Amino acid sequence: MGSAIYNWLDERLGLTEAMALAREKRVPVHGHSFWYYWGGITLFLFIAQALTGVLLLVYFRPGADAYESVRQITYQMHFGWLIRSAHSWCANLMIFAIFVHMFSVFFMKAYRRPREFGWFTGLALLALTMLFGFSGYLLPMDELSYFATKVGLQIPAGVTLIGPAIEDMIRGGAEVGEFTVQRFFALHVVVLPALFLPLLGLHLWLVQKHGNAVPPAEEAKPAAARLSIPFFPNFFAKDLAMWLIALNVLALLASLFPWGLGRPGDPLVPAPPGIHPEWYFMSSFEMLKVLGRWFPGAAGEALGMIIFNAGLVLWFLIPFYDGSNDSGRRGRIAHYFGLLVLFVLVVTTAAGYQSLK
Amino acid sequence: MSELTSKHIVAVPPDDLATRRLFLGVASLAGLGYAAAIGYPVYRYLASPIEENAAASAVTEVALRDAQKLPPGSALMFKFGSQPAMLIHHRDNTWTALGAVCTHLGCTVQYVPARGVIHCNCHGGEYDPHTGQNISGPPPRPLKRYVVKLNDEAAVVSRA
Repeated sequence: MGSAIYNWLDERLGLTEAMALAREKRVPVHGHSFWYYWGGITLFLFIAQALTGVLLLVYFRPGADAYESVRQITYQMHFGWLIRSAHSWCANLMIFAIFVHMFSVFFMKAYRRPREFGWFTGLALLALTMLFGFSGYLLPMDELSYFATKVGLQIPAGVTLIGPAIEDMIRGGAEVGEFTVQRFFALHVVVLPALFLPLLGLHLWLVQKHGNAVPPAEEAKPAAARLSIPFFPNFFAKDLAMWLIALNVLALLASLFPWGLGRPGDPLVPAPPGIHPEWYFMSSFEMLKVLGRWFPGAAGEALGMIIFNAGLVLWFLIPFYDGSNDSGRRGRIAHYFGLLVLFVLVVTTAAGYQSLK
Repeated sequence: MSELTSKHIVAVPPDDLATRRLFLGVASLAGLGYAAAIGYPVYRYLASPIEENAAASAVTEVALRDAQKLPPGSALMFKFGSQPAMLIHHRDNTWTALGAVCTHLGCTVQYVPARGVIHCNCHGGEYDPHTGQNISGPPPRPLKRYVVKLNDEAAVVSRA
């Protein structure tokens, strides 16, 4: 009976092929294997975001009612505070996990041939995640949301000539208000997921197709000396254990440090003291600030933007510079470039928090 | 090492089987615990408005201000708790209060003074406006009846 059902399904769905694919896939085992979990952790956090996001969607009302609806979710609906807190904390954890994943990929040189598109799609997913963060931050329409959006929109506003037009278009008017929430909402729950999901599918397919990259030191070993375990069930079980840890961390953070809701955003009330960008935007803001100090004036601002963007472009294009296993000197330079980027990120973030005091 | 893992699956000593059973037992218990810890808040969250409605439907009496001035041969729609209801002032100067939810499939019914019936537009069900009795069409039961008392300021409708 069981095998009859299996055969019926197998003929139509190709179960045997799918399982053969899963059986074939192996995950390398070496000193840096720990970093292989971070893509999976990011995926878990994304799923948690989708689920908590749908739950918030049940009561959230965009537009003029946004603040009131978030107030109801936070203070009136049973466990609404917990679901909102989990969504906010999970957003932060997800961005953190992506950064860990990105740097581990960078230093393991997993962007090299044939995995370039894994790198490109990964960076695009990071950019989309930051847009998720930025658009989601406005939705409660409290004072922090209001000023964060005002400040954040200075970046597109800085684009030469067409900047102000772009800013107005994103904002839906001359001032952050109900139309801004409405379009950020559309972006956050429809446009961004519609872009994110197919990109994520491609990203995961590429991992499936090319398998895990191994660091250069491991690659230098003869094939017989390299260890690996089957993805299913061995690595999968470990992945699940990591997901469980991530779930526990999220549950603890969300319940012990509930995400607050400030007063309603009001253009006539001065910005609250100590207001600052979220940690994942801190570095960019500090960099722009420092570059602005080094190169004052409008021309200096343009130069600062060029340097900042050149760094981003170099980071994106690294597979073309350091593209193969025997690139020797280029490989070393890319490694130092990665260390420099990590150093600058950490130092500017720390400096950003320091300057708040 | 990779060959080792696949060999493990082939022959399992009885001790290992007992350990595996224990592990599976503990793991399923923990899984149930997590499912409950996530499922309960999610259920309560989604059920919040239902609980609010339940509190609203617990009312036993509604005072309709100035409804005692309702002209004969007309009806007033109002909410009894969370449910739609209607107050009818008949031409013979009697009063009736009925639930306005059709007993067939739940549409809101209307009073038709010209024909002296309560009519439902959805499937043509009709009721007697004095008693709420279902008189034609698909409705299986009469409309819900309330008690009406008039005073100088209001019409007071309460549960029968």
